[in-house]
Amino acid sequence: MNEKYFEMKGLSVGYKGKALIHDICIDIKKGEIVTLIGPNGAGKSTILKSITRQLEIIGGKVIFDESDIGSMPYKALASKMAVVLTDRIKAEMMTCHDIVATGRYPYTGRLGILTRKDEEKVEEALTMVHAADLGNRDFRAISDGQRQRVLLARAICQEPDVIVLDEPTSFLDVKYKLELLTILRRMAKGNGITVIMSLHEIDLAEKISDKIICVNGETIFDYGTPEEIFREAHIRNLYNINNGHFDPVFGSMELPGPVGEPEVFVISSGGTGIPVYRILQKQDRPFIAGILYPNDVDYHLAKILAADVITEKPFNCISEETLKEALSKMEKCDTVIYAGTETGEMNQRIQVLIDEARKAGKLETYEAFNGD
Amino acid sequence: MQTSNSNSFHNEIFRKRCRYIIVFGLLLVAFAVITVLNINTGSVSLSVSEIADAIFRREGSETAIDIIWKIRLPRVIMAALLGGALSLSGFMLQTFFENPIAGPFVLGISSGAKMVVALVMIFFMTKSMTLSSYALIIAAFIGSLIATGFILLVSKKIRNMAALLVAGIMIGYICSAVTDFVVTFASDSDIVNLHNWSLGSFSGMSWSNVQVAATVVVTTVIITFCMSKPIGAFQLGENYAQSMGVNIKVFRALLILLSSVLSACVTAFAGPISFVGIAVPFIARACLGTSKPLIVIPGSFITGAVFCMICDLIARTAFAPVELSISTVTSIFGAPIVIYMMIRKNSRV
Repeated sequence: MNEKYFEMKGLSVGYKGKALIHDICIDIKKGEIVTLIGPNGAGKSTILKSITRQLEIIGGKVIFDESDIGSMPYKALASKMAVVLTDRIKAEMMTCHDIVATGRYPYTGRLGILTRKDEEKVEEALTMVHAADLGNRDFRAISDGQRQRVLLARAICQEPDVIVLDEPTSFLDVKYKLELLTILRRMAKGNGITVIMSLHEIDLAEKISDKIICVNGETIFDYGTPEEIFREAHIRNLYNINNGHFDPVFGSMELPGPVGEPEVFVISSGGTGIPVYRILQKQDRPFIAGILYPNDVDYHLAKILAADVITEKPFNCISEETLKEALSKMEKCDTVIYAGTETGEMNQRIQVLIDEARKAGKLETYEAFNGD
Repeated sequence: MQTSNSNSFHNEIFRKRCRYIIVFGLLLVAFAVITVLNINTGSVSLSVSEIADAIFRREGSETAIDIIWKIRLPRVIMAALLGGALSLSGFMLQTFFENPIAGPFVLGISSGAKMVVALVMIFFMTKSMTLSSYALIIAAFIGSLIATGFILLVSKKIRNMAALLVAGIMIGYICSAVTDFVVTFASDSDIVNLHNWSLGSFSGMSWSNVQVAATVVVTTVIITFCMSKPIGAFQLGENYAQSMGVNIKVFRALLILLSSVLSACVTAFAGPISFVGIAVPFIARACLGTSKPLIVIPGSFITGAVFCMICDLIARTAFAPVELSISTVTSIFGAPIVIYMMIRKNSRV
């Protein structure tokens, strides 16, 4: 397999002869899924439009399967590369079948009449995106999710080696997003089709891509595997986020936690604290979480949302000092919420914390807390 | 599941083909009927057998043969050819601008052609020279291109289609004003003729006109038909068309040139004719239930021919012996259709 299957060599892209992004050097292997991420207006679409020749390349080259796409005839490129664009299709009186059939363009004769084989390919493509029953429907009369699948079928029908998609998941609900990306993955891994796309949903980008290209302004911010790219500080820098957090482990976005003097103390473990944190965050009440082990799932969110987290080393007994720290901090809070926790030999001292809170009349269970 | 799906699929394709055949069949019948009606009605009415005798055997009364061969037959052929040409020109402009409410008349292209033709005609009249049909077409073609060029400039500046149409209508008014101006001040006995022409009419067509128009229109229509495939791709938008392998620059230029040739040919012979270019492709698409150029191109052409023949019959006979201008009749039928299209379009969005 060719290491440098699709290569951007010192590529500069932009509009009207003015380069927006300079010197892009990226190699893509056959069958890889490569996703462009970055803030709005960073130039993701500009790059995609340049590698599909909708925009003139301003500098450098794109080498695709050993030939320069700038000097390739449009026809030759069409049989190797298909696109799914954000353009709205205005065509009236076209069925989904008609739309998909346009993908056969590079293969039909002068008048574009479909042969039996072409018809089969159209049906195959529709089946592949689970849209076989849409064939006879008017393209304008179907939902956004269906439309996007039909457009993907159109691209598949073109039998390309590379599919370029510009924000294919925008306007789709969760179900269709997942479905679309699953189809893409199957195409890439099963049929060896290279997928280059831009996505807004960085959480999905992290999960589907082999490589990530971060685009922000003048040049490529970063390029690498999702494991290399998805680090908290990195994503915050790329999107210039200063009022929220990105959790790279789960790929989720978090709004900023409440700030100020903590008024609630939350005792939890193994995920029981997460709903409590979220409610407190919405009520804008600063809180302390503890005592947590850093390998507890609660810890990941507490670290981002809580004003303070009291921790103990993983798999160790809760020490006297940690308990003391917790007790003294708990004393300053008006409420203690006990969200439930398993207790065993190692964390027996949690019980002390609970008892103290009950004695002070501050203890509330999660059920009681959530009830009012 | 799979088989039932593909079965319903093939049923659908079969159903569509039947629809095409029925619509084309009906159109051809309408074409035949209206042709006969056009030939036998008028100040002298002729029976069908008289017509058949006169056309196929050149027999019958001297007047009948003269009326048919010198007046009615060339006129009906021209109405058919030019009507078809006009609707096809509209169809191409609609494809080009990706808007169903584009046409040579509303975009001012017909008026541009009219203006240049009027200027050239008057220039040659004052020098007492006669103009060949081809020269007229070339003049009209230049006029079309000037107006089209202007519209293209505007369309680069404004993306809004409504504003573009307004610009087109304004260009139309300017060109018409210039035409009226020169027609008013030109001093020639032929001016009556020129005045009639500038309003739009199929009257006074000669066989040499028919020959020239047929050559130009038939050639252009065949080329257009051969472009069905890229036109179909272009219906998805410029970017998709390019990704399928269409050379957009060449294709766009060709589309504009062909539609200009057609509307120029119409204007050169019959003057400006309104609304046919918008209304007919719409009717054809609606009847055929598809946008496939391979079907819609011939469909629009025949529908346009029938439409113009009907309108010409009405123009000739409604207030005989006074003849209406062809645009008067096409507007009465065409404009409501355009209004309906706009309402339908906006109500859906």
